[in-house]
Amino acid sequence: MFSRAYRAAITVPPLLWVAVFLLVPYALLFCYSFWSVSSTQMIVHSWTLDNYRDLWRVNVYWQTLFRSMWIAARVMIFSLLLGYPLAYYLSFHAGPRKDLFYQLVIIPLWVSYLVRAYAWKTILGSDGVLNTLLQYVHLTKHPLEFLLYSPFAVVLTLTHIYTPFTFLPIYASLEHIPRNLVEASHDLGASPIQTFWRVILPLSIPGVLAGATFAFVLSLGDFLAPLLLGGPSGIMISNIVVSLFGAAYNWPLGAAISLCMLLLVLALLFLSENLEKKWSFR
Amino acid sequence: MDIVATQSVAANEGQRGRDNLLSIRNVAKSFGKNPVLRDISLEIAEGEFLTILGESGSGKTTLLRIIAGFESANTGEVWMEGERLDVLPPYRRRVNTVFQHYALFPHLTVEENVGYGLRVAKLPKNEIVGRVQQALAMVKMTSYAGSKPAKISGGQQQRIALARALVNRPRLLLLDEPLSALDANLRRQMQVELKSLQREVGISFVFVTHDQEEAMVMSDRIALLRMGELEQVASPREIYSHPATAYTAQFIGHTNLLRGAVLSRVARCHSLDWPVGMPDGPVLFSLRPENIRVVDLAVGSSGVNVVRFRGRIRHRAFHGSTELLQVECEDGLRVSVRTATREKWHGDLELEFSPDDAVAVRESQERI
Repeated sequence: MFSRAYRAAITVPPLLWVAVFLLVPYALLFCYSFWSVSSTQMIVHSWTLDNYRDLWRVNVYWQTLFRSMWIAARVMIFSLLLGYPLAYYLSFHAGPRKDLFYQLVIIPLWVSYLVRAYAWKTILGSDGVLNTLLQYVHLTKHPLEFLLYSPFAVVLTLTHIYTPFTFLPIYASLEHIPRNLVEASHDLGASPIQTFWRVILPLSIPGVLAGATFAFVLSLGDFLAPLLLGGPSGIMISNIVVSLFGAAYNWPLGAAISLCMLLLVLALLFLSENLEKKWSFR
Repeated sequence: MDIVATQSVAANEGQRGRDNLLSIRNVAKSFGKNPVLRDISLEIAEGEFLTILGESGSGKTTLLRIIAGFESANTGEVWMEGERLDVLPPYRRRVNTVFQHYALFPHLTVEENVGYGLRVAKLPKNEIVGRVQQALAMVKMTSYAGSKPAKISGGQQQRIALARALVNRPRLLLLDEPLSALDANLRRQMQVELKSLQREVGISFVFVTHDQEEAMVMSDRIALLRMGELEQVASPREIYSHPATAYTAQFIGHTNLLRGAVLSRVARCHSLDWPVGMPDGPVLFSLRPENIRVVDLAVGSSGVNVVRFRGRIRHRAFHGSTELLQVECEDGLRVSVRTATREKWHGDLELEFSPDDAVAVRESQERI
């Protein structure tokens, strides 16, 4: 058995870390969300529900929240539509090229987020790669303006960035399906398509749920892609939080919005965890 | 080891009159540069229980997977009832498999597992329900219909795997070491059940195992596979009493291999000799330990036409109903002798065997 000193030595630092950098900030956030700002830009330390009331009353906040959720939902759907077939192909049909393809999917994760976001800027801009090409082949006369500084650009960029996060858990769950189950299905007369719907898809649901949660939660809180590529119509809730903590100097309202998002994300994680449990059989 | 072949001789005799169901013609398979099967030809009769027996690495599972369609042969053909089978995908073959680790679908209940084949075949609902009930009753698992596979024991999973395959009424059932995961008692019980079930449904079974005792108990015929080639195909009795090769004799049961030579119709092996009806040359005999008798000097020899010799017990292994004695003869020859436990022999023994029981076997070829 380990001595008490040894156990203290290995447990105290991480606990301290969590306390100082996680629990304390959350507690502060919680307190701030019930305080207010005076006309002289001072934080008033008296308890009030005004911030939460504002959240509800001021349309722009909850509208932006819903738009963020809608963007996140689209990112989730597109990265599932991209990530699942990719993971399926890799797991079942890539053969000896499996490792190479796997690396190709992973490599973008090593490239800075900013680089990838800027890359899309040069592709989608009015004198960007895509518009130049479209005009060159005479598909369009003028640059398409909706490509950049729009929710479209945000969804596209976030899908690009978060698809590997969707791919990985799906791939892992597909790799965990015993291959003799697939053989058993064929043996019992099920065609490859029937086998996919009846065996492979149901057994990969935990991975799909994990991947979907990743894509949704990560894009919901994203603020760089909308900042760089979103334009006025592509603003997301995190941009509002950032400005409330910054230029607008309304920490209490920012804290209230942050807490609401935190609760939303926690609820989602809880939900997906429970669904995953329901769909796992080992 | 006690080998008791329980099936009747009549059943074996009946086998030969039946029509062929499956025919494997010159099948060969290699993985990379590794030959796994070399030129296998084998016929399986209607209603037959055929066991493919072999050590691990002998290619027995690969042969089964070629019949099922999970592997394709490099050369050769598989035919079933006048139809070429090896060109069809597994889901088009009227063949079902009981997998080694059962391969039950973990997300489906016992009932849904059994009904899987019928559902993908899009049979009417009420027919599916009826046949699933019937199949569950056949393996005595009706009360577990709603359970998930993870909640039932290994033996029960085995029954479900069997029901799931048989409910489709295949022409041929393949079983890949289905009993290997069960403990010894359950295993023996399942051997008997499986055999009687096969009789009942009348479907041809191809059973793969490495356990020669299991093969003996259950099969109509045994196909012994060694390093990708068929060593011998025969009924358990035939293969036990007339092994064709030294390998067969040693793999199936326990035997004494006596190396000697024939000269002028007399076989000579160490200081022993007896008349034989074979041409001159070197020869290898298989003599089963139970075919050597200890002569009770008070009673005397059992017959005139026997080979007698003397020996001393060097070692004895108790096997319950029998005892295996290691006897060293005066000329240095060592043989195993199986005796009934109730006979208590000590020291020097007078031994004899009938020349008919010394079966000439071929040397097993070295294969790389």
